[in-house]
Amino acid sequence: MAPEPPLLSMTGITKSFPGVRALDGVDLEVQAGEVHCLLGQNGAGKSTLIKVLAGAHQPDGGEITWRGEPVTLGSPVAAMRLGIATIYQELDLIEGLSVAENVFLGHEPTSAGFVVRGSTARTATAQLLKRLGHPEIDPARPVGELSAAQQQIVSMARALSHEVRLIVMDEPSAALDPDEVDNLFRIVADLTAEGVAVVYISHRLEEIRRIGDRVTVLKDGRAVAGGLPAESTPTREVVALMTGRNVEYVFPERPRAGFATGREPVLKVEGLTRRGEFAPVDLELRPGEIVGLAGLVGSGRSEILETVYGARRADGGRVLVEGTPLPPGSVRAAVRAGIGLAPEERKAQGLLMLESVSSNVSISTLSRFARAGWLDRRAERAAAHQAVRELSLRPDNPDAAIRTLSGGNQQKAVLARWLLRGCKVLLLDEPTRGVDIGARAELYAVIRRLADEGLAVLLVSSEVPEVLGLADRVLVLREGSVVHTADARELDEHRVLDLVMEGNPTP
Amino acid sequence: MTQPATTAQKEAPTSAAESAADKESSRRPLGLRWDVRSLSLLGVLAVLVAVGGITAPDEFLATSNLQLVLTQASVIGVVTVGMTFVIVSGGIDLSVGAIVALASVWATTVATQEFGFGGILFTAVAVGVGCGLVNGVLIAYGRMVPFIATLAMLASARGLALQITDGRTQIVTVDSVLDLGVRDAYVLGIPPLVLVFAAVTVIGWLVLNRTTFGRRTVAVGGNAEAARLAGIDVRRQRLYLYLLSGLCCGIAAFMLIVLAGSGQNTNGNLYELDAIAAAIIGGTLLSGGRGTIVGSVLGVLVFTTITNIFALNNLETAVQQIAKGAIIVAAVLVQRRSLRGGDA
Repeated sequence: MAPEPPLLSMTGITKSFPGVRALDGVDLEVQAGEVHCLLGQNGAGKSTLIKVLAGAHQPDGGEITWRGEPVTLGSPVAAMRLGIATIYQELDLIEGLSVAENVFLGHEPTSAGFVVRGSTARTATAQLLKRLGHPEIDPARPVGELSAAQQQIVSMARALSHEVRLIVMDEPSAALDPDEVDNLFRIVADLTAEGVAVVYISHRLEEIRRIGDRVTVLKDGRAVAGGLPAESTPTREVVALMTGRNVEYVFPERPRAGFATGREPVLKVEGLTRRGEFAPVDLELRPGEIVGLAGLVGSGRSEILETVYGARRADGGRVLVEGTPLPPGSVRAAVRAGIGLAPEERKAQGLLMLESVSSNVSISTLSRFARAGWLDRRAERAAAHQAVRELSLRPDNPDAAIRTLSGGNQQKAVLARWLLRGCKVLLLDEPTRGVDIGARAELYAVIRRLADEGLAVLLVSSEVPEVLGLADRVLVLREGSVVHTADARELDEHRVLDLVMEGNPTP
Repeated sequence: MTQPATTAQKEAPTSAAESAADKESSRRPLGLRWDVRSLSLLGVLAVLVAVGGITAPDEFLATSNLQLVLTQASVIGVVTVGMTFVIVSGGIDLSVGAIVALASVWATTVATQEFGFGGILFTAVAVGVGCGLVNGVLIAYGRMVPFIATLAMLASARGLALQITDGRTQIVTVDSVLDLGVRDAYVLGIPPLVLVFAAVTVIGWLVLNRTTFGRRTVAVGGNAEAARLAGIDVRRQRLYLYLLSGLCCGIAAFMLIVLAGSGQNTNGNLYELDAIAAAIIGGTLLSGGRGTIVGSVLGVLVFTTITNIFALNNLETAVQQIAKGAIIVAAVLVQRRSLRGGDA
């Protein structure tokens, strides 16, 4: 083969967000005509990397060369001009516009520079759809009427409507049925045969084996392995690369196995289900126990938590607190019964970002500090102060604006809210997301201490070591079903990753 | 459908601005900010008074003129207090002017006037609260967008007001009502309507800052999802807020009846825009979650004073309106600068 420069080469890419170093010197090299797979756990930096590649994020450092020439990808338009197209996991189509309008959005074929020639766009779209194996999609139909799989195809047609040399696909198979996945793979094969490179992101190892040429593994913002042969690298090695840890988490000591068996369950979930999200789930939570739900994004973890909490209405099954069933779909009933939730998106779902620590802590307990609606602000502030002190939140000032706090301390404020309320069951959804490694150990200790004081904790985390290190019992989820339940001490990370990726319950 | 590319582009500047704002607020305790904002508005008001005093020295500072300015500010001021609550909760009430019109004509029909003072007051308030109830139910439980629901109320309430009056002015014949507007009723030189405005302001301030209701309003406006997940009944809160706005409209309608000695279907014309503008220049975020009663009231006073100064100097209404527009833009720009990274 002629020594040709790689199509794309990224070296030493760094990118930081406030408090998080998302990319810490990533290298990636992509050849024309190959399928290059990008693997990594949640938070490894995959999304940030592809946004840099799409021109949506500007890297803080590092070099990008395109066909041997150094380039800067200053905007999505700049990336597109070079021939880089990105298909995001959350499709970025406009539902009210037609298929053809979406495909040619931003580069509509025009007469005299501004009159859109709709028929030309429709004809070209029809050709693209035919090439993608979906001639049945009508270019004139509004995108909102199409199925998720068809929308994916439209997204791909949009990518191909440009002169494209590199297509980035972020978990394209996540929303597809098996036969649609086959079609997707056929399209990928056609593209690479024409010399187009594909950067393919997926959690599913078996897919990567089927279509991938080479694999780059990301972990904690670094490429821990680049250009491994996709077919021959053993699964064990890939998993080890994804999970191998630089930083050892320090987990608090657990009580002995089975310590809670004799206790009366405080939370019982019986056959709880939501169509399309998760199959019937049963679980019991005893005082003092931490139960973990492990699984990938989309495995139904957060959905289960939010349904237990009443934030989503269950299609079937029930939730009992101390033997009393909760009315479905009522957060207020759940809170009154003694359940508290620390939601996944702390800023969007948990906190009042314009308010003080005190207001954020007392919000679920306001009536306790009120007489006929009038707030006793001194009592409120004192109680909030007491609660944040117990969790050693810093700064030790209930009047501090919540947005000035670090992620770990914001999370403590959410925990303090439920501590103040005196809840019996705490649901934690990704409690350490956006929390510095150093602050995590402290948060783990706080959670364990709350459990030791009699709280029952249900923990969701995409970080497997976190679930294994913190929980007493673990339920492993894959695609909405519990595939394995075990004492946390009987599982190791590889085993769990095997389970969530391959879904094979037998060892 | 989300658009990751666009969102991503916005991320960087926002977070940079946020961290700038963080530094800002870590230096001074939360809450002092309100005072700074209000102080700047107070400064604007002082400048206006000076301008008034210089351009029309004899007329502007005359007691009777100051009484007039305050009286004029009172009616729209009461409406603005209600509007501030709604906007702080992340909503909007476009129907306030129309509700004032409907309440004022319903309360001045011949049939209502037979019941005298109490009948007029009760009807005005009841109509206001009733309209607020409809708004609130549609928005909170019918899940309608506040803009649409209150736009519909605007249209229908005005229509009903026209239907009732048939376009005629309904003269008030109840003396006890009219007496409230005459000079003899002034308390220590302060017109009763101004006292009502003052009372509504004080109560509004207390409710927003010192009650669970106020705290929940701020929470719903700041982050409705977080409020819901914290166990707040967001829908009931929204219902109450539109009831409150309707109540303020009812009170304002009664005040307008006293002031004009009549009820007309054209009453309260464009009050919605004046009230929104006053709240915004007072520092209330249109996106919700932040706002002050003091700021809104100062906003009302600024606008009323401008109108007065222009009238005293015989300037056209057209110029007046242009000045108002400029002030809105300037106030918001100044506030954003002084707040650096404010999320407006």
